[in-house]
Amino acid sequence: MYAFTFQRPTTVRQAVNLLAKNEDAKILAGGHSLIPVMKQRLAGPTMLVDLSKVEGIRGIEVGPRSVTIGAMTLHSEVANSAELKQALPALAGVPAGIGDPAVRHRGTIGGSIANNDPNADYPAACLGLGATIITSRRKIPADEFFQGMFTTALEPDEIITKVQFPIPKKAAYEKFKHPASGFALVGVFVARRSSEVRVAVTGAGSNGVFRVPEFEEALAKRFHAKSLEGIAVSPDEMNTDIHASAEYRAHLVGVMTKRAVNAANAGIAMEKQG
Amino acid sequence: MVAVSMTVNGKAVSADVDPRTLLVQYLREHLRLTGTHIGCDTSQCGACVVHINGKATKSCTNFAWQWEGAEVTTIEGLADPNGPLHPMQEAFRENHGLQCGYCTPGMIMTAVDMVNRKGHDLDDKTIRHELEGNICRCTGYHNIVKAIAAGAKAMESTSGQGSDDKLQAAE
Repeated sequence: MYAFTFQRPTTVRQAVNLLAKNEDAKILAGGHSLIPVMKQRLAGPTMLVDLSKVEGIRGIEVGPRSVTIGAMTLHSEVANSAELKQALPALAGVPAGIGDPAVRHRGTIGGSIANNDPNADYPAACLGLGATIITSRRKIPADEFFQGMFTTALEPDEIITKVQFPIPKKAAYEKFKHPASGFALVGVFVARRSSEVRVAVTGAGSNGVFRVPEFEEALAKRFHAKSLEGIAVSPDEMNTDIHASAEYRAHLVGVMTKRAVNAANAGIAMEKQG
Repeated sequence: MVAVSMTVNGKAVSADVDPRTLLVQYLREHLRLTGTHIGCDTSQCGACVVHINGKATKSCTNFAWQWEGAEVTTIEGLADPNGPLHPMQEAFRENHGLQCGYCTPGMIMTAVDMVNRKGHDLDDKTIRHELEGNICRCTGYHNIVKAIAAGAKAMESTSGQGSDDKLQAAE
């Protein structure tokens, strides 16, 4: 690991100033993506700005039409929130399936979204629910936030403070887990809102999380798994690696979307033990 | 160098360390608490699990300075060194829940955390699911699962006395 210094600001403003003044600084949230890549020397920040002491960016607020989650809220906190399980169980089920119990005691929603790992679960939930990413300087719709593998709309000195999720009529997340890593080989978040149906896919695309307009259109007409019959997703933009071919991933996108639609209709959240 | 102070197994400790020092290195190299193991060093195997402020955490994926002022419990702190084993340790011994023993400290710290969160009546499915982040390369898990179910029950019958109290006090 390369040497670094660290700072522990207590306000968002202090944290932003530290990032603005130190070009090679990086934010440390739960550290479960950053510390491993620092060990491999794939990342070499000269300064870590630890957000654990920053006030006002942790916690879950459930409103009548939306749910707001602070960026430093842990996976275990989101997964086990009784209020959230009631209001938006599909969202509570997402972090319940990330990593393992010890990882969920450290990982944060803000960290997951800012990292935008192409196999991560939260980006699919944000894009599928049409979330708004609230930062130290603006509000960014999920459709504009995720810009490709490990790439987001965030400026170098911009910090995610909260994520706001509109509460849909129905939603579900279905994930085909890589059996060893637990990451999504393919994960599909489906949401039916009064104005639209959204289908967001993680793990499959060669450029990170994406929506499937042809599925969304068919499901908007009738929100049923049968509506998807005969619609194939092209493998052209899919990942191929030792775990699965592009064709297999494209096939799984269809399968997992159908499962998610069925689960949403049955009112089943991906209830897992947190 | 940075001074890092915390409470480990009920004792106030302090050391001057490089900021890169991981919590597991702080425990093993600076405090000589070598019961916490480094298996994979990539937050997958769980040999390094300790409790930080009462929650199971992989100490290979935390810097020591992040836990300035925290309460940490390691495998050494579960039971009094001169007294009986913690009920979970005893259950691992009784049920042959270990062979080489390398993963055992992490397994036991994870198991105690599991009981703290999920209670004393744990079925196999819950235990296996909860053990997702702990890898054993000897036993095939069967006896570990048995040990955890037995240990969880034993912790219930001994709670309110002895080592369990000490653990709760330390956390």
